[in-house]
Amino acid sequence: MERIPILRMGNYLLVTIQVDMHDKLALTLQDDLTNRISEVNAKGVLIDISSLEIVDSFIGRTLANIAAMARVLDAETVVVGMQPAVAITLVELGMSLPGIRTALNVESGMEYLRETVASHEGSDDAIGDNRED
Amino acid sequence: MSNILETIGQNRDSILQDWLTRLKTAVQRRDLISERVLESQASEMVSNIVDVPKGTTLEDFSSPAWQPLKSMLANLSVSRATSGFTPSETANFVLSLKPSLFTVARKQQGNNADELFALILIVNDFIDKLALHTSDSYIHGRDQVIARQQEEMLELSTPVVTLWDGIVALPLIGTLDSARTQVVMESLLQAIVQTNSRFAIIDITGVPTVDTLVAQHLLKTITAARLMGAECIISGIRPQIAQTIVHLGINLQDVITKSKLADAFRLALQRSGRKVVRIEKAPDSSANTQRGQ
Repeated sequence: MERIPILRMGNYLLVTIQVDMHDKLALTLQDDLTNRISEVNAKGVLIDISSLEIVDSFIGRTLANIAAMARVLDAETVVVGMQPAVAITLVELGMSLPGIRTALNVESGMEYLRETVASHEGSDDAIGDNRED
Repeated sequence: MSNILETIGQNRDSILQDWLTRLKTAVQRRDLISERVLESQASEMVSNIVDVPKGTTLEDFSSPAWQPLKSMLANLSVSRATSGFTPSETANFVLSLKPSLFTVARKQQGNNADELFALILIVNDFIDKLALHTSDSYIHGRDQVIARQQEEMLELSTPVVTLWDGIVALPLIGTLDSARTQVVMESLLQAIVQTNSRFAIIDITGVPTVDTLVAQHLLKTITAARLMGAECIISGIRPQIAQTIVHLGINLQDVITKSKLADAFRLALQRSGRKVVRIEKAPDSSANTQRGQ
């Protein structure tokens, strides 16, 4: 069965969606990701959707759900690289996804995660060491 | 009766001369068209009438034999529409051929009044149809010009400018309608992706009125930009517009608004960890001047 890989990088989880999402795949991702977060005790999740070209309201809602679930599990979620067409579609569908943090690309997304996670944790975690002021 | 075309053919030179004198004495736009071009157009039209296949009649206007004449007139009116002739001037080009053809008809039918009348009716009808065709083509050409100008205006009206590395601005001028907002939204989002900008400033100094629809469009654009990971700042809100927005009950709570573009730019710089500072006027002009990054 088709799965979206979840990569671990220290305390962060990286999800890159490279294929067109269908409903079942989105639900599988939701399951896998929540399991993985609690398994590795992740502090941040980055979802890269720069290759995603088609969204519907279900996928939008699933993304919002994943972000909310991750927050419950004490992990920040950031969605990066949304295409203009996807953004317009979501807005026209009336889904402004207020609970989701977004960033332009993986780089600025990681920067954001490091900053927020480090500010939450204080300095007792060695991962967020190279943050800038 | 159908041999009126033959008679026209025999008299083509005199018709052309007669027509040209009339064309030149009537008010013609010398500034827009030269005499030589006018002559060549007139002679092309006469030969298009004369050189139709045998058996074609003036009554049968929809016959394919008249197609060259029609397309020639269509091209002529489109080019006249673009160069600034009025519709009546364009139609007059065709209508002024009428008296010349009537003269020929009279020559052919002599003193037989009934025959002459019937013939004149046919010629009259034919020329009128040509003139109507010319007017139609003229309007079509005008429409094309208008459509092209609208497109150009649409493109001109949505310039996305890069103010700094990672900061783009979109100065909006003119009323926002749905079609324009779509273009504005798309070009702004595209620019955000291309320039990798984290901040987008939408300046509405040039927008005369803001109603609920415009505000809704703006909010949509801002939300879409936020979904992509960019932050939007609205600037250039005039006092009247601020009043309107509040009276209409539009919720701009979640949007950063600044009164001037400069303020918005300063905020964007500040948020991206930059600062503009005045260079100290050092008496010794050292080479490394401090520049605010």
